[in-house]
Amino acid sequence: MPTDHRDRFVADVVVTLKPVVNDPQGDVVREALHTLGFAEVAGVRVGRYLAVEVTADRATARARVDAMCQQLLCNGVIEEYRFTLRPADRSVPAPP
Amino acid sequence: MSRFGIVVFPGTWSDRDCAHALAVAGHPSVRLWHQDQDLQGVDCVILPGGFSYGDYLRAGAIASHAPIMAAVRRHVDRGGLVLGICNGFQVLCEAGLLPGALLRNAALQFRCQPVTLRVERVDTPFSHTCRAGARLRIPVSHGEGRYYADPAMLARLEQRGQVLFRYVDAAGRLDPEANPNGSVAGIAGIVNERGTVLGMMPHPERACEMVLGSADGLRVFQGIAEAGAGAAR
Repeated sequence: MPTDHRDRFVADVVVTLKPVVNDPQGDVVREALHTLGFAEVAGVRVGRYLAVEVTADRATARARVDAMCQQLLCNGVIEEYRFTLRPADRSVPAPP
Repeated sequence: MSRFGIVVFPGTWSDRDCAHALAVAGHPSVRLWHQDQDLQGVDCVILPGGFSYGDYLRAGAIASHAPIMAAVRRHVDRGGLVLGICNGFQVLCEAGLLPGALLRNAALQFRCQPVTLRVERVDTPFSHTCRAGARLRIPVSHGEGRYYADPAMLARLEQRGQVLFRYVDAAGRLDPEANPNGSVAGIAGIVNERGTVLGMMPHPERACEMVLGSADGLRVFQGIAEAGAGAAR
């Protein structure tokens, strides 16, 4: 396995309910934002964020994270996912 | 006599209640640990309620990949019976052994209350002791029980008669008020195409003695036991 720093990536994975799936949690957050005066809020969808650190070259990391999403991180019946890769930085925990 | 195995994942809490309900019905059971590789030759596997793996990621998602589930898949392939209750239903959907998924309740509240179920089919091992259209009084206890299937999947389920239980009012009619979680088409329980795997959100093991308010849940366990006794091994 490569252990060189350049071969470590973080996949920022975002999983959300499919647009056709009702999201009552998002609706409640939208109403709360309206109550606070953010009248411009048209809709809110609540999702899940995962930072997956992988040791692999970029192309392999992309393929492997995609497989992880399909097998476990996302339930394709109700959810969809997207992710981006960035080089891992051990010194600073990156924000989402 | 059928032999029952009750799977225990970390976070499962309904295994003892299921064992008690089976004992009331006169059937012994064994516990199956999630790390086990085999089912000790049981006729029916019960995936009980609880919060397996703390409901991390999604309810049932981690449990669906536990070592015992490979054995459960082989059991299903052989035509063996599986009953998934509450979290067990979620596990079966996550494992792809039943279609669809279970979402956060529409009201966003954990619902712990008695509900009325209408039995939609009486030709399955789980329901053959019931009359057609019978109503069962059984409690639910869940925060994520809103059954979801997209329109095409729902049409297939209905066409193949895979809906076994629906939430209904006291008169046996579909009614949004009687649906505790917003499930599509009032669905409380479904079977696979062969009718050998049942997933249901309500807890039959909590309705096995009149001191609990209802003994209707016993019908499910007795049905399995009688079906198992008649099945060729």
